[in-house]
Amino acid sequence: MLDSVIFYFFAGIAVISAALVITRRNAIHSAVFLITTLLATAGIFLQLRAEFLFITQIILYAGGIMILFLFVIMHVWLDVPLPQFRSRTQKWIALLVALAVGLEAGFVLWLARKLPGQGLLIANPAPADKLPPNTEELARSLFGSYLLPFEIASILLLVAMVGAVIMAKKRTEA
Amino acid sequence: MSATLHSIFVFAHTWWVELLCAVLIVLVFPIIAGYIMLVERKVMTSMQAGQGAMSVGPHDPMQPIADALKLLINVDLIPDNADRFLFWLAPIVSMAAALISMGAIAFGPWFQVARDINIGLLFVVGVSALSPLGIILGGWASNNQYTILGALRSTVRLLSYETTAGFALVSGFLLAGTLNVRAIVETQRTDQAWYIFLAPVGFFTYLIASIAGTNRSPLDIPEAQSELVAGYRNEDSGFRWSHYFLAEYAGMIVVASVGTTLFLGGWLRPFPNVRWLGWLDAAPTLLFAAVAAYCAFRAAKQPAHLQSFFMWAVALACFVVAAIYALAAPFGRAPLQFMHDGPYGAFWFLLKVSAYIYVFVWLRVALPRLGFGQVMRMGWHILIPLALINVVDVGIALALSSEFGLNRWAAMIVTTGVTLVAAIFLLHWNDKYSAAASAALLADSSTVEDPHAG
Repeated sequence: MLDSVIFYFFAGIAVISAALVITRRNAIHSAVFLITTLLATAGIFLQLRAEFLFITQIILYAGGIMILFLFVIMHVWLDVPLPQFRSRTQKWIALLVALAVGLEAGFVLWLARKLPGQGLLIANPAPADKLPPNTEELARSLFGSYLLPFEIASILLLVAMVGAVIMAKKRTEA
Repeated sequence: MSATLHSIFVFAHTWWVELLCAVLIVLVFPIIAGYIMLVERKVMTSMQAGQGAMSVGPHDPMQPIADALKLLINVDLIPDNADRFLFWLAPIVSMAAALISMGAIAFGPWFQVARDINIGLLFVVGVSALSPLGIILGGWASNNQYTILGALRSTVRLLSYETTAGFALVSGFLLAGTLNVRAIVETQRTDQAWYIFLAPVGFFTYLIASIAGTNRSPLDIPEAQSELVAGYRNEDSGFRWSHYFLAEYAGMIVVASVGTTLFLGGWLRPFPNVRWLGWLDAAPTLLFAAVAAYCAFRAAKQPAHLQSFFMWAVALACFVVAAIYALAAPFGRAPLQFMHDGPYGAFWFLLKVSAYIYVFVWLRVALPRLGFGQVMRMGWHILIPLALINVVDVGIALALSSEFGLNRWAAMIVTTGVTLVAAIFLLHWNDKYSAAASAALLADSSTVEDPHAG
């Protein structure tokens, strides 16, 4: 009962602020509501007892990435919406994408309805108060069973970072 | 006597202790912050051979309250073309983040609001990292060139120095092997060492990063009074300003508590396992009794009646605290476990936090402000590489001691030596690099910008 109250609370905040993200004219306001969305999602992680994901969401998204977003928005001064980026075709493409995503979500929900019990099937559900400490579990699966994908992803990120530095660097002779 | 007290403490130690902690944090914290400010002013002026604030009461004990009243009745100014919503929201974000993150700090084994969260210290660090968000939003919302510069600088500071702080904390987490606040302190008891001795480089990088993280001089680039007037809080007045002020001091307490928990042994007294140093448990009693005696001794010599009355009051208060400590743990008998968990733990923890904050104040008076470029160069060229090397070295030391059976202390000393050599190399290289860079800049400007050059 309490769990579902908490879930609907955070989910409601997430949905409302997500709607506000795309309706605000001011880019900074949009960014602030995006931060609210991310924080509400972090709250849902917490409700699912994924404490480590919760704090990673806060540190990385709300604390790191969104602050970089704000930094960039403050620099480029997006107070006036640029008219040349608003074209008719863009609207149709956006509609198409939204329809596709909506269909996908609906399909998943429809599949879930046919499963026995409540919604999507979970393999071996552990009782909420007997979960193993999830920081350790996450480390074990990242550095144990999924070591290779993890390393590949980190190399990919490193390559992207070096590329970004090289592209942004001032060209100097010698 | 002790048995009765014990049953009282056990009764008291139910859910409402946590609630009480939360209420205390929210209600009493502003007063504590005000008095930290007063201590800071007093320490700063005495280091400059001055007297500091002297007007409100004898030696100014009521100044914070007068300041708070003054700030409350200030006119609440909002600039005409400010973004009113964000201008209103930003100080609240800053203060809320700092206060919420205090919830997971253990001011002693008893005094903790959120017990037994698995991510423990990471929660404190992560939530308090949201505090600069308020600074950035507020700086932008004020719509003033100086505040926007302050906001941008705060962003840059966050990105560079939080990285350092994160890596410094990782070196401590590696040693502790857990993120849980209580478990971290308990492993320091079983390891028989505070982690400042096992990972000194980690502690000092964290110290520097935490000074920058709380916008304190000499690394206060978002505020930078000699360049940006008051930085991000240029346009804030009255209650709004005091929110930012409280957020800054809450941030100081948070970073000091994190540093204390991870590197300074939390609520453990010095040498918690050494038997013959057990008399250190009487230190709180002796300290408060000594302060009470000193106040009583000085009270008679005060020039005004009010002053001596006040001194007597302070002496009485200290004496009462000392008596409580003494009654709960009579001399000659080993104090019970609940004393270690409750009042003693809180005493040592708060003592360490105060020492940490005192270092902040000390550095603020002793060192001149660094310029923006200097702060950035120190962050990116020295601190971040150093913190990274330190993490790797601590990892190597742990591997050496667990895989090859090397003594932990020996492994730590060797790897700390390696880290220090790296630090010297970084400093040397940075000196050479900056000299070369400034020479290149000079040469560049003389050839390009000099209209008479040819």
